[in-house]
Amino acid sequence: MTKYSIFSLARNALTEHRNWTEAWRSPDPKPAYDVIIIGAGGHGLGTAYYLARNHGITNVAVLEKGYLGGGNTGRNTTIVRANYLLEGNEHFYEHSLKLWEGMSQDLNFNVMFSQRGVINLAHSDPQVDAFQRRGNAMILNGSDAVFLNRAEVQARAPLLDCSDGARYPIKGGLLQPRAGTARHDAVAWGYARAADAAGVDIIQNCEVTGIDIEGGRVTSVQTTRGAIKAGKVGTAVAGHTGHVAAMAGLRLPIESHVLQAMVSEPVKPCLDTVITSGAVHCYISQSDKGELVMGGDLDFYNSYAQRGNFPSIEDVVASVISMFPAFGRLRLMRTWGGVMDMSMDGSPIISKTPIDGFYVNGGWCYGGFKATPGSAWVYAHTIAEDRPHALNECFHLSRFARGYTIDEHGSGPTPGAH
Amino acid sequence: MLEIKCPWCGARTQTEFTYAGDATLDRPDAETGSEEDWYEYVYLRDNPRGAHDELWQHSAGCRRYVKVRRDVTTHEIIATGAPGAKLDGGGS
Repeated sequence: MTKYSIFSLARNALTEHRNWTEAWRSPDPKPAYDVIIIGAGGHGLGTAYYLARNHGITNVAVLEKGYLGGGNTGRNTTIVRANYLLEGNEHFYEHSLKLWEGMSQDLNFNVMFSQRGVINLAHSDPQVDAFQRRGNAMILNGSDAVFLNRAEVQARAPLLDCSDGARYPIKGGLLQPRAGTARHDAVAWGYARAADAAGVDIIQNCEVTGIDIEGGRVTSVQTTRGAIKAGKVGTAVAGHTGHVAAMAGLRLPIESHVLQAMVSEPVKPCLDTVITSGAVHCYISQSDKGELVMGGDLDFYNSYAQRGNFPSIEDVVASVISMFPAFGRLRLMRTWGGVMDMSMDGSPIISKTPIDGFYVNGGWCYGGFKATPGSAWVYAHTIAEDRPHALNECFHLSRFARGYTIDEHGSGPTPGAH
Repeated sequence: MLEIKCPWCGARTQTEFTYAGDATLDRPDAETGSEEDWYEYVYLRDNPRGAHDELWQHSAGCRRYVKVRRDVTTHEIIATGAPGAKLDGGGS
């Protein structure tokens, strides 16, 4: 693997960048692996990387039905944050945020992590109270949070309508200064390159069609490129978690829904932070290319289609314009959809299953991207050690039956409501 | 935009409806249902990739529930009926 540096850049410039070596191999599958990860998105590739880096397990394959990073890793709104209230969540996401801070150095790949801060807007007095409480909880759990009053929010986002006449009046906002955005594709590419360098086989265009189980233990997977034996199998397939788990005979507390995101035409820099609103439900930031990146609600019905419908697009755009009236003059350039694995409590499942050697990583709802390094870190631990890491004990599959759900929104077992 | 045929009002756009989820669940008996039965009813879903029977409430119309069989990979609506109706088509 060529180390990326200013020197390798200069050296390759001399040959007009024609001699860069490939970032990862495209091997044929071997007959057997110690560990097979299903899904070559950020979580799957990261898991393979940490299996090698932290646990010395390198006889690993990552199987991908399409192309690398072509699922939700390349479809999200790139927001990275750790602004949760509940104990298990905040520890986990803060660990993930710390990994983001060192990711580019660790992977020798620039993931363009930009700690531009994320502001969660408060629109009412009760929200002000709740957000101050959440901010205090975040600080007590070792993370960072600053409560901003209305004038401070306005100073950070001049185009945001903070006037008394605003459709959704702004009372303040909870800022996490260390939060921000990252280049989503680069996360998949960086993990892929680093995992490949450690000996992991990344096999694209290889769809898993069946999972073989003998005597309660996983033995192999059936794929479009033949059967592959495996000591352990882990899923990292986002919206398809329910579908893949069904191949192993498991029913999960998950429904798949479609979530849309969209970008405006590119404009000059006008928003240098991330603005989110839980009450209106939209989130907006500006990409390095100048597009305003926007997202909001689900389409609110089960879907495995990576596209949604117009009412949700209209709802997101209306929300954004109500908060940023100036953006009403922009044209929408592109919209797309991704399949979300909505769990029954809004929190992820990173867990062993009743089948020996079969592991599940899913239920990420709206928020899988920010969790990528943390999820991969604890999932690799769970697979390597066959027991959860301290940070994902709370995300065990059995929590629903035991009554230990982690319901950040308090909205109950209604997947679409989280 | 989905067009859902309400058995009472006729074809209407999706914005008149509120999604109410999986229509294949059987609520356990309050007296005899076990904890396991309730766990399955409240939390577990088949979440099929294909034809899916689901309930929509015609909330901006007659306010009745409508059972819809819809292919969740294409969003094609295969059949609709009353909540207790048995729907055909779509291979499930």
